[in-house]
Amino acid sequence: MDDRRLEIIIGNLLRAGVLLAAGVVFLGGLVYLARHSADRVNYQHFSAAGDTVQSISGVLRAATHFNSEGLIQLGLLLLIATPVARVALAVVGFALEKDRLYAVVSLIVLSILAFSLLHAI
Amino acid sequence: MTALLFTSIVLALSAVAGFLGSLTGLGGGVVIVPALALLLGVDVKYAIGASLVSVIATSSGAAAAYVREGFSNIRIGMLLEIATTLGAIAGAILAAHVTTHVIAIVFGLVLIQAAYQSLFKAEHETGALVPSDALASRLRLGGDYPVNGKRQSYGVRNVPTGFGIMFGAGTLSGLLGIGSGALKVIAMDRAMKIPFKVSTTTSNFMIGVTAAASAGVYLSRGYIDPRVAMPVMLGVLAGAFLGTKVLVRARVRTLRIVFGVVVLALAIEMIVNGSLGKI
Repeated sequence: MDDRRLEIIIGNLLRAGVLLAAGVVFLGGLVYLARHSADRVNYQHFSAAGDTVQSISGVLRAATHFNSEGLIQLGLLLLIATPVARVALAVVGFALEKDRLYAVVSLIVLSILAFSLLHAI
Repeated sequence: MTALLFTSIVLALSAVAGFLGSLTGLGGGVVIVPALALLLGVDVKYAIGASLVSVIATSSGAAAAYVREGFSNIRIGMLLEIATTLGAIAGAILAAHVTTHVIAIVFGLVLIQAAYQSLFKAEHETGALVPSDALASRLRLGGDYPVNGKRQSYGVRNVPTGFGIMFGAGTLSGLLGIGSGALKVIAMDRAMKIPFKVSTTTSNFMIGVTAAASAGVYLSRGYIDPRVAMPVMLGVLAGAFLGTKVLVRARVRTLRIVFGVVVLALAIEMIVNGSLGKI
């Protein structure tokens, strides 16, 4: 396995992830519009929306109840996961190539991403 | 405004932004935030949250195409991502501690740079290829890329400077919800002497990872509102996809000028509104 083959596999995987994420967001969007199309909306002032859309566990709960905002947010989480998966695969790929230095470099990037996402559990 | 009307307008705006962003190579993110904030009065925090999501979508969506061309360098990308992801977290945290006026003004300054690039930048010539310096050799950063059907090898220099600029690019990305691809390219192409084509494609690959680093912070703070992010993500993605399919090479120059003027107008309005405290 060389760098280039590894990159092609990763690239195709990312595109599949984006399509899946877009599909889930689209489905959530349809459910949202079916239920709320006539609601008045105003986003002029920021106010934190609450656990349903602000934490990974809250999103999963809401999505399994077919809550439209939960579904959209689940799709967005899948999207955020695509670059994370890309880095995780790079760790594996470099390890298979026995490239210690870049396996460690990728692992550092993965840890930084994990630190950020732990905010949102 | 009803939810249906809001969704439709944002979907259309985002599709145009994604289309123009993909044709001009500037990305859709830079115009999404001012469009939402200035035209629809959306709070900057929701706007940067939605924009960040669209940045991940276009970066990950285009990755397969870029990889096939054989320009991007995964080692350079991964090493520099240490800097961009740390910067992105710092920027996302900073976004919560500065007022939206400050975000608007900084955004305006970044837009001026983007407008300049769109209006005046001629076709980029790659500078002379150089051998790697000691640190870059130890890190095995050099690579090769296709030139006229043959693989041409290149070296890399000034890794610490590039790393520093990348931290700044990450911070801007986290603060403003943009990809800051232009600054990433400057770090690689100017500071590290990496060929231009390799710099731009590696930058695209890095943008998604950088944005994912601030996404966790954005999500937990509530900046990513599903009702705003849904039409932005779907619109930008559809527009960008269309942009890669439609070949309007001949008109790209005209498009760049139109895009540049629009971006410049948005820049001025962001700075004025930010200074007056209206955003």
